[in-house]
Parts: sequence; structure tokens; C-alpha cells
Amino acid sequence: MVGAISGRDTLRFIAMKDKMEIDGVEVTFSEDETILEVAQRHQKEIPTLCYDPRLEPFGGCRLCIVELEGARNPVASCTTKATPGMIVRTSTDTIEAYRKTLLEMVVSENREVDVSPLRGYASGELATLRDKYEINGSHITGTTSGINKTDDDNPFILRDYELCISCYRCVRVCAEQEGDHAINVMNRGFHTQITTEFDGLLKDSACTFCGQCIQTCPTGALGDKKALRAADQVGDTVPEKTRTICPYCGVGCSVDVLTKNEKIVGIHPAMDGPANQGALCVKGQFAYDFVQHPDRLKTPLIRGDDGELHETTWEDALDKAADGFRKVNAEHGRHSIYGIASGRAPSEAAYLMQKFIRVGFGSNYIDNCSRA
Amino acid sequence: MSNPLVDMQKPDIIFCIGTNMTECHPVAATGLKKAVARGAKLIVADPRRIGLAEMSHLYLPLRVGSDTALLLGMAHVIAREGLIDEDFIQNRTTGFDAFFEHISQWTPEWAETITGVPAKDIETAAMWYGSANKGAIYYTLGITEHICGVENVQSLCNLALMTGNVGREGTGINPMRGQNNIQGAGDSGALPNNYPGFQAVTDPEHQAKFKAEYGREIDLEKGITKVTALELCGDSIHAMLIDGENTLLSDPDREHCEHALRSLEHLVVIDIFLTETAELADVVLPATAWGETDGVCTNTERRVQRMRAAVPPAGEAKPDWWIICQIAQRLGFNGFDFSEPKPIFDELCRVSPIYAGLDWERIDKSEYQWPVPHKEHPGTPRLHEESFVNGRGIFSNVHYRDPAETISEDFPVWLTTGRRLQSYHTRTQTGRAQGIDYLLPEESLEVNPADLEKWELADGEWCKMSSARGSINIKVKATNRSPRGTVFASFSFADVPVNLLTGSGYDPITHTAELKVCPVRLEPL
Repeated sequence: MVGAISGRDTLRFIAMKDKMEIDGVEVTFSEDETILEVAQRHQKEIPTLCYDPRLEPFGGCRLCIVELEGARNPVASCTTKATPGMIVRTSTDTIEAYRKTLLEMVVSENREVDVSPLRGYASGELATLRDKYEINGSHITGTTSGINKTDDDNPFILRDYELCISCYRCVRVCAEQEGDHAINVMNRGFHTQITTEFDGLLKDSACTFCGQCIQTCPTGALGDKKALRAADQVGDTVPEKTRTICPYCGVGCSVDVLTKNEKIVGIHPAMDGPANQGALCVKGQFAYDFVQHPDRLKTPLIRGDDGELHETTWEDALDKAADGFRKVNAEHGRHSIYGIASGRAPSEAAYLMQKFIRVGFGSNYIDNCSRA
Repeated sequence: MSNPLVDMQKPDIIFCIGTNMTECHPVAATGLKKAVARGAKLIVADPRRIGLAEMSHLYLPLRVGSDTALLLGMAHVIAREGLIDEDFIQNRTTGFDAFFEHISQWTPEWAETITGVPAKDIETAAMWYGSANKGAIYYTLGITEHICGVENVQSLCNLALMTGNVGREGTGINPMRGQNNIQGAGDSGALPNNYPGFQAVTDPEHQAKFKAEYGREIDLEKGITKVTALELCGDSIHAMLIDGENTLLSDPDREHCEHALRSLEHLVVIDIFLTETAELADVVLPATAWGETDGVCTNTERRVQRMRAAVPPAGEAKPDWWIICQIAQRLGFNGFDFSEPKPIFDELCRVSPIYAGLDWERIDKSEYQWPVPHKEHPGTPRLHEESFVNGRGIFSNVHYRDPAETISEDFPVWLTTGRRLQSYHTRTQTGRAQGIDYLLPEESLEVNPADLEKWELADGEWCKMSSARGSINIKVKATNRSPRGTVFASFSFADVPVNLLTGSGYDPITHTAELKVCPVRLEPL
């Protein structure tokens, strides 16, 4: 049913009356915005590792610290709300030195920083920051902060916790974004371990294998096992991405299909997808390989005199398809032919299916698969 | 959905009925979880203790097929307690006085006798929903797949209308659509009663419009539904063109369905796999799949979005639109001279008032929710804000009806069917995705542990399940998700063809099958 029309919600205007200063420029902000959000809106590059804009600010990695006039120490911009009259400097020599030292410590904890881009949407974040801050080796000798869960034989989620930096993005995305609360934290300090209830397999936890933890992980400690099957082909190049809509339910989540050499190698959720805002489920995240499955129909088939289906050419199959409709129409009339359109194919297919019946036979003998 | 998906985080009171959203629409369910975390109260009515029920503040475990009775009981309480929205009723609706009279007889105590839900819980649900500032209703096939699907939906509309929970943020009546483009298929006119854009085929204005557009006379009366067509196969229906539907496995009463398709003189199936349905065809035409096809789909919140090809087609597969054009051209039909999808979608927009402001380029960023009546229009995230399309919202004086079949000495157990998180429909896709088997290797019948004992069945063993239409063998699984006397299975697995048993009846108006209710008998093997 169609009702009255109003677009006022799409044009919602948030009044920004309040003002503050960032790097010497006066800017406006709205209630509830953090310094980080205001700064990002004004194209300031503040490094972060524990930050995911979809989640509540955490303030764990401290990389987003900024100088705030009147405050004795730098503050984490992701957890500090903007207030009128604030004077903020996002990048000073002192701040950058702090950031570099923090990053050196983080990098020193990890077995490797350069990971395959197939591990996940955000898996290159740490390597990108390391390069930006020109960290080559480290004078800090750390220890790894997690133990790999090698006995988890699930086919989807790699649990390579030696690369974990305890940013808790996986814990928080599972709780806040998915509402599943499957991931927990055990111990503290260097012994911090991301795990599940009772330290078991994901399969035995509340995990639904939606893959959100993989996609938010900034180091690749959690990785997409299915995508990583193509790691050798892909190397360290980022695969091509094609924006489309998930093929499963009617929610219509936006996804980016990752391809290499004409093969689908994985799926990334689209963080700006209007229906999903970065969320996906196990089907949308992992059940894509039906497309290039060997069982796909690759040639037209027609039923032969022996009663079996045989491969044939398009010309032959289309002729036979048309001949059959022509014959039935001639013998039984136009109300003897029926069309069923697909709820899976694009609208162009459904539109032409109904046009085929209506233009061709002048009837309304058309339906789609929504009744079952 | 009357309201956009983003609204799911906004209600104070959420009423979910007949929707297993955490499994069937998991990403939409995340919105409800956020609302609950924010403090919204969740009411869940479902025969099974599904994931949503575990999250709920009030769970109403109703007997399968008793939804109308529950909703009448709730309407009674809302009226009795004076929780109606007088202004909304006055300004936006019609027929309330008769409805008020009608529901006076349907007390929650009466509803308890039908539904099995305690009257006091029905009262609480009604009080919560009736007192909500923003009350939102979500439903899926648990409401529609009944012989009384229409009455169920009307009953939900009654609740929303009497409380004014329509046309505002965080409210509405929100059916969750099940397939990626099932909304788009209806929008596009693949319906026996509507031209594209839901223009009724019986309206003289639309008849004249499409006669001019398509250059020929078209029947002035509605066509028959798929369900009727399958019944008439071999009798008056002799040829079918089926695009991308595994009718044999997805539809009720498989034997009837197979007999119907076999009795056709000519069956052409367009699909991406040789499905059980395609195996019966005279001609099978390979279509390009998702990921290989450029096109448009419309989601459950009426958002019109572009699908894009990422890889080349498998073998010689061709897009569905190309295949239909080729057959049409061979038959000498006019208007099938297309070489790409863009002009096809643009034609759909031109003939559909709800899409009139759209075209192939404008939907590139997924910004529009229909109706979009002209090019300057921003789209319509929320329906019914100022008025209803037919003017006023109409109250329906519905009555409860028993399911087509009820349990008996021969078939003493209620079977209800549905879907599971890890598999999709008849598994033509998820069954071929590596790793899914690790999570869901096989189908099993969910049975309450106490029933297992009573029926002398053992957890994990096979049993024979029979209905008035046939028998299948299925493994049983003990779980408290199933209440006493009701069992559940999905129809996804070809080796456990649950739809051999279903098909007891159909809604007389929509012809939707009563897939949610089927009396069965269980016996040890």
C-alpha cells in the first residue's frame, strides 16, 4: 500500500550552533559529537586503531590523542566530547612523538604486520600507520599478546591471535553491532587473550559466523579463511571490488565483491550500505561460491526423443522454446500458457516476464514466487 | 515495510509475530537488538521459542495458526483499557464504531482458550503496545502462510490503526520480505492482478494505458494465481515459462506439484542450476547468476538498488532478460528489442507511477525508496505519514478460523515449517557454498524432549513423519525450542522433502499456502 509522501526525514537538518577551534580554524559542531568526529568532518587525519565509527568509543589505543588547551595531558579525541570554546591541536611534535612511540610498542607485539588484504576489510590498518610513521624495526622488545586458536577447525574465521593488539573491536562489534556477545576477553596485559565463553570453539559459542569480527580487525588477527584460499593469487595487491547487493534475503545489504582474475575471492560488507551499515550475516558474508560452482548450468539443454536432457546450442534451444509456446497457443488458446517470474532475478527479468505474457498472449496469466 | 530499516532502532515497544528474524533476516534483527539495548521492550509471539523469544521481555507461545484470536484478544484489551488514539481514529480511519462493537466479545480469556497463551499475558502485551509512544509491528511468513493470512494481516492493521502507530518514526506495520528481489518482482508487475507499479488490471484507466503501451488488447479481468495454474496443469494450462524458481521443492504438496509440471506439454525453465524443477523441463536455459548480472532489485523497505556484475558468466549463460527477449522475438512479439538492461528498467520506471522519478542512473547510490513519483521527489522512507493511499485506514471485523486441518487421532502433532540461519530456501545456493555444511550438515525435526520420550523416539534417531498427503523419514532432535505437541523442520534439504507433507489449504484471497500448519503423525522407524 502506498501512502502520502514526505521526504522530510531524508533532509533532516541538524543545527550546529556551537563553535570550537581545531588547528587554528574555527569550526561548528553538533551536540554529542566527539573531538575525533568533528576533526574527521574537517578532513583532519588523526590515527586510530581501536576506533570503528559504528561502535561506542573505547579509548584503548590512545593513538587519537590531541592537545587540548587547558588540559595538562593530551586527551583521547574519540572519547572526549566537543564543547564550546575548546581549542584543539591535532598534530604537534609532542603529539606525533607520543603516537610514534605508542605505535612502536603495538608493532613490537605482533608476529607480523604485513598481512594479506584478504584477511578482512580493515586488516591493513596497522601496516598503513606503521608506514606513515616510518617505523622500521623497533628498539622496544615486546612479547606477543595472544595465543593462536589453532584447534578451531571452523571453515570461516581464522583466529591468529599472535597478531592481536587488544583493541577489543571484535568484542565490541559482536556485542554492539550484532548483539551476539560471543567474544570475550581473558586475562590482562601481555596475557590478554580474546576468546569465547569457556575458551572453546566458535561453533560452540553464541557465534553466528556473521564475520563482523574479521572485518573490523585492524591487524588481521581475525581473518577470512575462505578468502585466504586465494592468498597466493592475490599476493599483497588489493583485489578488485564491485559494489552490489547481497543475493539472499530481502534486507538488501550492500556488499563489495572481491575479484581476482575473474574469480570471486571474497565479500566485504559495505560500511556505507544504506540497509546494513557494514553488517552482514553468515550467508551474505560466506555463501558466495555457488556462483562459480562446477554444477552451474553452462549450456542450454533440450529434452530428446530418448526422454533425457541433452546439451544444445542457444539457437536450437530458443527455437524449441518458442516453437512449444507457438504450438500450445495454436492448439489450446492463449489462456493455456502461464509465466512464473523470479524473486531472485533482477527486476528487468520480472518486468519482461510479465510483458512476455501480456504482450504475447494478452492475458494476466503471470505470477511470481511470493506465494510460497 | 511501511517504515525504513533504520526505524528498527527507534520503537519503545516492538511487537514481533510470526517472524524468526535472527535467522531469516539477521541484519535487520541487529536493529531490534540495538533498540532493546537502548531500553525498548520486546514482545514476541511465536509457537516456537526462537532466538527473538529468548531476547524478549514478554513471550507469547501461541498455538500454530491461532494468531487472529491472539490479536482480537489484544484489540479487546486496548479498547477496554481506553488505550486507543482518538484523534488518529477520528482523522485517519473509518469503521471504528463497528469494530469497537465487534471486539467487545473477543476477550483475552476467550483468546486463551484458542491460543493457549495465558489471558494475563495477552493483557500485558496489549497494555504495552497500546501505551507505546512508538509501537512497531514486525511480521513475516508466520502471519501470511495460513489459510487466514489476510485476516492475520488485517488484525495487525487493526492494532496499529486503533493506537495510531502508523506513519511516524519507529512505528508501522512491517512485513519482512524473504528474497532479494521479491519486492521488485511484484513492483515490476509479475502479478495476475496488477500491471507494473501495482496498477490494478481491472481499472479502466490502467487498461487503456497498457493497451496503448503494449499495442494490444489485454484481458480486462485478473489472471489466475500460480497456485490455481498448477492445479489446472494438463487441464487448461499446457505450457509454462518458469524463471528462477525451484517450484517443486519450495511449494507445498510436492507430489501434486510434480504431477502438475509433468502433465504440461511444454515447460521452459530458466535457472542457474539444474534444479529438481528444471529436470522436468523440455527446454532448460542457463541464466547468469548473481555476481554475473547487471540489474536492479528492491528490498523490503522499498529501496531500489543496483546489482552489478563482478565476474563473467559461467559458460554460455545469458541474462534472464536476454533469454526472454530472444523467445519473444522468435514469436514475433513487439517491444523486446533490448540489448542491455538499462532501457528495460527505464521502461519499467516510465510505466510505473511509484518508480516515475527513477531511472538507471538515479538509483546508482541506493538513495531512493519508492514511491518516487517525479524526478524532483526525494523518495518515501516512511509510508502513510499524512494519509493512506485509499484515503482512510479501514478497520476489519475479522473472525478467528481454525486451520484447514487440525490435529486428530490419526495426525495428533502440529508440524510447522520454516527456515534456518545457515541455509537458504531449497539450498541451490547455500548447499553449494563451502563451509556451510560445517554449521548445518543435515535437516532434523525439532521435538520437545518430553514429547520424544512420550512418543518413544530417541534423540538423533530417524522417524517416519506422515500427513494426509504422504510420509517422509527424518532425524529427530530434542530441543526446548519446540513446545509440547508441536514439531518443526525446514524445507531446505532435498533429501528431507518436508513439502511432501504440507499443502492442507490456501488463503482464499492471496492463495498463499498454509505452510505453517500441518497435522502429522510420528512413528519410530
